[in-house]
Amino acid sequence: MRFVLKTNYGRDIDIFKHKAHASWYILLVAALLLAPLVLDVFYEKQLTELFIWAIAGAGLMLLVGYSGLVSLGHVAFMALGAYIHAILYARGWPLFLSIPSSALITGGIGVLIGAASLRMTGIYLAIATLAFAMIVEKVIAHWPALTGGHSGFRVDDPAVFGFSLDSSTAYYYTCLTVLLLVFFGVINLLRSPTGRSFIAVRDSEISAQAMGVNLLKTKTLAFALSAGLTGLAGALYAHRIGFLFPDAFTIMTSIMLLMLVVVGGLGSLHGVVFGAFFITTVPQVIAVMRDWLPKGIAQSGGLEPLVFGGVLILFLMYEPLGIYGRWVKIRLFFSQFPLYRKKTFLRQKSYLKTERVH
Amino acid sequence: MDTIFQLLLKGISQGCVYGLIALGFVLIYKATEMINFAQGELMMIGALIAVTFTEYLQWNYFVAVVLTVLATGFIGLLLERSLLRRMIGEPPFAVLMVTIGLGFVLRALAGMIWGHDPQELRTPYSDAVISMGDVFVGVSNLVVIGGTIALCISLFLFFRFTRIGIAMQASSQNQLAAYYVGIPVKRIVAFTWALSAGIAAIAGILFAPLTAITPNIGFSGIKAFAAAIVGGFGSLPGAIIGGLAIGIVEQFMQYNFGKGLGDTSAYFMLLLMLLIRPSGLIASTQKKKV
Repeated sequence: MRFVLKTNYGRDIDIFKHKAHASWYILLVAALLLAPLVLDVFYEKQLTELFIWAIAGAGLMLLVGYSGLVSLGHVAFMALGAYIHAILYARGWPLFLSIPSSALITGGIGVLIGAASLRMTGIYLAIATLAFAMIVEKVIAHWPALTGGHSGFRVDDPAVFGFSLDSSTAYYYTCLTVLLLVFFGVINLLRSPTGRSFIAVRDSEISAQAMGVNLLKTKTLAFALSAGLTGLAGALYAHRIGFLFPDAFTIMTSIMLLMLVVVGGLGSLHGVVFGAFFITTVPQVIAVMRDWLPKGIAQSGGLEPLVFGGVLILFLMYEPLGIYGRWVKIRLFFSQFPLYRKKTFLRQKSYLKTERVH
Repeated sequence: MDTIFQLLLKGISQGCVYGLIALGFVLIYKATEMINFAQGELMMIGALIAVTFTEYLQWNYFVAVVLTVLATGFIGLLLERSLLRRMIGEPPFAVLMVTIGLGFVLRALAGMIWGHDPQELRTPYSDAVISMGDVFVGVSNLVVIGGTIALCISLFLFFRFTRIGIAMQASSQNQLAAYYVGIPVKRIVAFTWALSAGIAAIAGILFAPLTAITPNIGFSGIKAFAAAIVGGFGSLPGAIIGGLAIGIVEQFMQYNFGKGLGDTSAYFMLLLMLLIRPSGLIASTQKKKV
């Protein structure tokens, strides 16, 4: 156990709890910066994909994990980000303008949904966002003049000032830079009064209101930021896949995003990274496993959804705090070695009372 | 006039299917406050089991129907017993995610067992058509409507007059009070799941002759969600009314404005309803108190 002596109030919201804490993250960033020197192209691309998922996950985590609003339709923002960026970029906008503008426009659309979300709670909001995603998907498919419809939309190779970012290494660094900026921004947001008000709204809307938090402003802002970040990830994803078509952004992607957030660990940014790792690694593991399984099962297209669905159910039943929650438990086990008690993490069950009149 | 009648009929029969799936959602929601996202998948499983009994095993259609409903009901019971009973007391979001995961698993398993090729459920009335003047009406459409009406009447009678139906009402209204008067609430909840899976199977059997069956037909569960909300979540008649409204609007939009708007009209109706009257046509919620 390490005891941190807090000598001023600022220490409570420090990003790093102590010096050793900071050094681990610096090591991690250094390792990521040096990684392309030793990794093959395949792993480089996998890591790039992980970064993109982590950006989208950070967006959704802000909403689901920190503001307590559930969205089943976040894929819509990802698709909007990807298409808006691709269209602007094809019209000759420079990359460093079209990516932020796609994020801004998606964030603006998020404002509309967020403002409407005040009227809906819990499950209603989840379903409304689902409906929104369905509509966006259909609009993309049925507006060929702008989006290419089902025949798809080719994304031009990324380049800044004539310097191509198309090589996997260059794109790796691009995505890593964006990811670090996003994480730095989100961490700081969560230390600020705005971020605290998100968490207050998540824990109890009524108490938050009583403390003077403006619900409309807070929820709208949370939605806008979340949509914007997811749109940003979408824009980066557009270059990763190189070719956009409506089936790349179905409701499945939305649910994958939610899975990322839940399996990683709700309410922690570490969870986002763990979740992104889970989402990008599992399909690869399954691809390897196919050689080992009996042919009938291995050839079936349903193997991936089966594994994803099964893992999701197991996590929710046995480890609702996700991979990060498990990591916290393991860490505590070692730091308190002979004295660890399982009951430390006992969860209180709450019984819902119905809002219906009979 | 004829086209309007034809569209209306098609819309009503499609709407009945949405309504029946929505009925399953609402039953579970009323009894346990859980949202079962896998209801559409249960319908798909029901349809595929019916195909197995009639096509592969060549059983009599009516025997197959009864056995399908029982088998799917049993699956519902197993799901409640093995997964969802453990989720009681967890936050609603976690329960929702479990049922989403369940939907994934059921769809994948169905794909592994029955394959992804479209299958057809042949019924004694499959090709029968009744002509009324210039209008031709598929008997399958009429059977959907008739089946829904019959099911609604029997559910009404069940909730009104049987001991277990009244016990279900009691435990959905106040679980704690139901415990106090000696109703075995856990068993009642398990029975609710079985009943709702059975209704999903009936929806599947009625829906199957109108379309080709693949593991992906479960996605019409999302439209059924829209139906449940338009009707007012938590109201059984509301579910059917919402389903009919969505089915009819969908057909007319599709006829007048093409497939794109037809497919999305359900979601537009849902969003409009949530913005104008979030509690649905038949409201059963009140404002949250502290």
